[in-house]
This record gives sequence, structure tokens and C-alpha cells, in this order.
Amino acid sequence: MDITPLEQISEDEWRLPAVGKMRAPVIFYADRALLEGMDDKVRTQASNVATLPGIVKASYVMPDGHWGYGFPIGGVAAFDADEGGVVSAGGVGFDISCGVRCLRTGLQAGDVEPVKEQLVDALFQHIPAGLGSTGGIHLDDAEMTEMLLGGARWAIDRGWGSPGDLERIEEHGSMRGAEPKHVSAKARSRQRDEMGTLGSGNHYLEVQRVAEVFAPDVASELSIAEDDVVVSIHCGSRGLGHQIGTEYLREMAIAAADHGIDLPDRELACAPLRSEVGRRYLGAMRAGINCALANRQIITHLTREVFSDVLPKAELPLLYDVSHNTCKEEEHVVDGVRRRLFIHRKGATRAFGPGHPELPEQLRGIGQPVLIGGSMGTESWVLAGTAEGMALSFGSACHGAGRRMSRHRAKKQWRGSKLIKNLAHRGILVRSVSMRGVAEEAPGAYKDVRAVVDSADRAGLARKVARLEPMLCIKG
Amino acid sequence: MPSWEHFPHEADIGVRGRGESPDIAFEQAALGLTAVVTDPRLVRNDEQVAISCEAPDLEVLFVDWLNALIYEMMTRSLLFGRFRVTIDGLRLSAEAAGEHVDRPRHEPVVEPKGATFTELRVSRDDEGQWVAQCVIDV
Repeated sequence: MDITPLEQISEDEWRLPAVGKMRAPVIFYADRALLEGMDDKVRTQASNVATLPGIVKASYVMPDGHWGYGFPIGGVAAFDADEGGVVSAGGVGFDISCGVRCLRTGLQAGDVEPVKEQLVDALFQHIPAGLGSTGGIHLDDAEMTEMLLGGARWAIDRGWGSPGDLERIEEHGSMRGAEPKHVSAKARSRQRDEMGTLGSGNHYLEVQRVAEVFAPDVASELSIAEDDVVVSIHCGSRGLGHQIGTEYLREMAIAAADHGIDLPDRELACAPLRSEVGRRYLGAMRAGINCALANRQIITHLTREVFSDVLPKAELPLLYDVSHNTCKEEEHVVDGVRRRLFIHRKGATRAFGPGHPELPEQLRGIGQPVLIGGSMGTESWVLAGTAEGMALSFGSACHGAGRRMSRHRAKKQWRGSKLIKNLAHRGILVRSVSMRGVAEEAPGAYKDVRAVVDSADRAGLARKVARLEPMLCIKG
Repeated sequence: MPSWEHFPHEADIGVRGRGESPDIAFEQAALGLTAVVTDPRLVRNDEQVAISCEAPDLEVLFVDWLNALIYEMMTRSLLFGRFRVTIDGLRLSAEAAGEHVDRPRHEPVVEPKGATFTELRVSRDDEGQWVAQCVIDV
């Protein structure tokens, strides 16, 4: 990205002043190398977001920012309904509430090493992944409605988890304000056979080892230490969320002119929060969040079943569950005034600081855990929200490494079978239905997640807690 | 000559179809959509699905067409290898032929989530060929 028009505020903060139709500046949190590595379209997209009505303070780009749909991926923006603010289906994205859940196991790497092959095969067999796989749970319409209202709480009520899990999930596992009546029959039908399925693309389930601890005080509160084994699950709201995104994006794009909104890019499709379609979308999108929370809860249950079979001494309590494609109504202090705002996080993780009332009692002293997915051959991270992050980015941080190479190029550059062999030499076992899929997700196709995390830490968005290295990975 | 190709997007993948009419460009782009998942030549055209859609302009019609195919692929676990598209004004009617996903044979790479308005274009190129393209979120 050409950074000439940007003003440097600090090593990891840059500002693009508002010009033309922009109602607010763009703030980039990234170091020079990360910024220069971003596509120019990231700047265009973040500037387009800044033109939307009711935007508060700035359009933000996280250190993993890359070219997305309307919004950049790694984009954060707050809107005030009282000032004509909007909700954007493009700003949430197709995979509503896609996120990462991390489970502790109580095991150490040495416990898993002797059964790695058995464990990865059992996980791959037991957890449906990829096109053509279906889950074992099939919901009728009434049960679908209950799921869309209850989220992870619904799943736990049906025996897929324990009530203690809820405390470690954003929104305590159940998003308020969901309105299943605004979820279409087509969206429901896409979900009918997809509960408890992982999906494909960059979605995965990994067994990981805590390789390094950076904040022992926080790690201790989270009950993790070096060499512990954890499980990370990355997936979202599956077909239901994709269909909600598809339908509302189209509707909002067409209706924008009627709302007096001049869209610089149709993919930025949005509607006033107080419009009829805006309200409907919020109700449907929140139902989509519940679908994602229920889905990760069921996958957690399936994972626990596999571990109880292969490693019976393991217990798998939740470390935390974060969503990184959402729009949530939150209270924030802006220039000394407390306001209720709608925070879009598109490929960005909520990162509430210590003391935030939304956090469960046990985590209130350390801030919200922020779970950052890497790629299958590199590393993932646990960070924690900070007090300063609340003011810097409405309590938001990065969500992953971000691609540096398109799928198009990646599949030409790597062969899946060779990648799997090379990773196995390094002790990382990968199972996937598609070799081309593995090539498209090659570790080399992603940016250096460590550079992203270091930048987020230096900028004050979130602090580094622990680095996780993959041991086993299953992909769709 | 009718043809399809993929074009790069940083996170996902673009599909582009070319032909002497919008109908053919739409058919070709649909082959590009299948190719996001598997090699279209591996797909047997045993099962027929009828699709129709209507939109306020040709570009939205193109997105609707691909999204209708994605819906059929995902809810019926189908892959399509042959398409016949007829566009009458801003109405599309089509027949897609394909078969159920066979995971060992098709090795499906990804599930398409949706066709987007990103890089969306339906127009004639300099040589008079129709081009229909957009990015698919996968």
C-alpha cells in the first residue's frame, strides 16, 4: 500500500485524514512493514467505510488488515443510531460470527505425542468437515427457531456441554435480540444438515501446544502454562449465516438509494439502524450469531467425545470463545460521554479491557482473552484486552495472520501432499479431504502472524499472553 | 470463444466467464464457480435442476444466478458440470446438470459461501465479447 498520504502518529499508529466524502479519518494500527504489505484496496475500503452516515471517531484497520468485501477484513467501525448511523451486512460479512474457541485439556504435550496419529484420525472421522459432509443433528423448523434464540445455551440444554461453558463465551453463549422470524426459509434450509460441522477454507480444528508464555500472571489466571495442550476451533455460522449475508446484502445494496445513502461500493451495503430493513437485519444477524455459538458448542461436544475415547484423563473446559465477524450494540465512552454504539468488527476480535462488566468474574481482572488464529504450519496466539484498547479501537484487536497471497497463486505455488509431508516431518499432522485445499491454505500464503501480534501489542490494542504451536490439524 | 477463468482476490477467489452473449458468459462463469470446488471435467451431468431469477439490473442478476447455484450446491450436496442459460430482459431461466458430491473422486476444495458484489462486472470487452465476473467468498 502506498503510505504517502498517511500521517504517522507512532510506530504502530497511522492516520489518513478525512477528505472528500469521508466523515471521519481512517486510523491504521500496524507497523510500516505491515502497512506497506497491505493492498491499496485496504485504504480505499477503509476510506469508503468512513463515508457512511453516523460513523463515530474513525474507521479503523487492525494490523492484519487485508482486502475484503466493502469493509476491509480487519476493519472496525462504530455507528450511532441517534446520528443516522447504519448497520452494514457487508460490514459483518457472509460468515456471521465466525470465530475461535479454545479449550484447555489438562494434558501436556508428552501425553499426546504417543497417540497423535490415533487422535488426529479420530478427530477427522468424528467431526464433519468440508463440502459433502453433514452433521448428525438435523433440526426441524421449531427446533431451528429454538437454536436461533438460544445459541450455545440451547446446545447445552440438549446435553452438548455443561452450563459452566457459558461463562467463557461472549454474550454468555446467547446473543440477545435475535429474531428468528427474520431468518428466511432458504437460510434455514441451508442449515438443516450443517449443525456441528466445521466447514472448509480457512476453518480448522487444531490440537496445539503452549510453546511460550509472555504474561505469566494472565496465563496463570487462564490456567495455562508452557507445554500444556489446548484445542482451537475456528468456524462460524455455516450455511445459515452465509444465506443471511447473501440476502440482506442484496436487499441493502438495492435499497441504499431509497435511504439517501450514496454507496461508494455496492458491497458496502448498509441501511440506517432505525430503518425497517436495518432492524430486520439486526434480528437476523443476531440469530446468525447464535447459530455460530451453537455450532462451536456442538463441535466442542464432539471433540470431548473423541478425547474421552483416546485420552480418557483429559477434561476440556473452555478457555474462551470469541467471534470476529459481528455488529454488536455496546456502551463506550467517547470524549468523556457514555454512548450506546453499534460496533462492526469485520475480521476483528472484541478485546474488552480489565474490569469490563461484560466479562465473567474470573476474567475481570485480566481483560478479555483474544484468540488469534494463525496458519496450520505456524502458530496461534492468546492475547488479552487492555484498558487503553477501549479508547484506541472501541475495545478491538486483530483476528489472525491475514493472507498475503491469493488462493489462485497459492495453488500454483504449492502441492498439498508435499506440504502435508513436510509438516509431518516437523511433527504436525494434518488431515484434509482435499490436497488442493491444503495448498490454498499453505502457511506461506499467510502473513507473519507474529508481526501482526507484535504490532497489536505495541499499539496497546491487546497484550501478548501465550504463543501456541500446532500439533494436529483437521481441515474441510 | 466461450471461456472461464479465475482471478485473484486477497482472501478469496474471483470467477470470470466470457462469451458472445450474456447467456454464454453466465454459463461460463458458472463453470468457473464449480472449478472453485473441483475440476468441472470430473462432474457427471446426471441430475437436472431448474433455476430462475429476476433482478433490477444485469449485474445483480449475475450475482443472483451464482447464489442460486450455490444454494442448490449446498442444500442438495450437488456439483454442476453443464449449464444452459436463457436471459430475457432481466429474467433468467436456466438448467444446471450435475451430480452428488463424491468426496474421494471430487476432492472438494472449499464450500462457496456466497457470490459478492466485489469486482462485479457484466459488460462487453474491447473485442465485443461479454464478460461476467465477481468474487466468490469461500
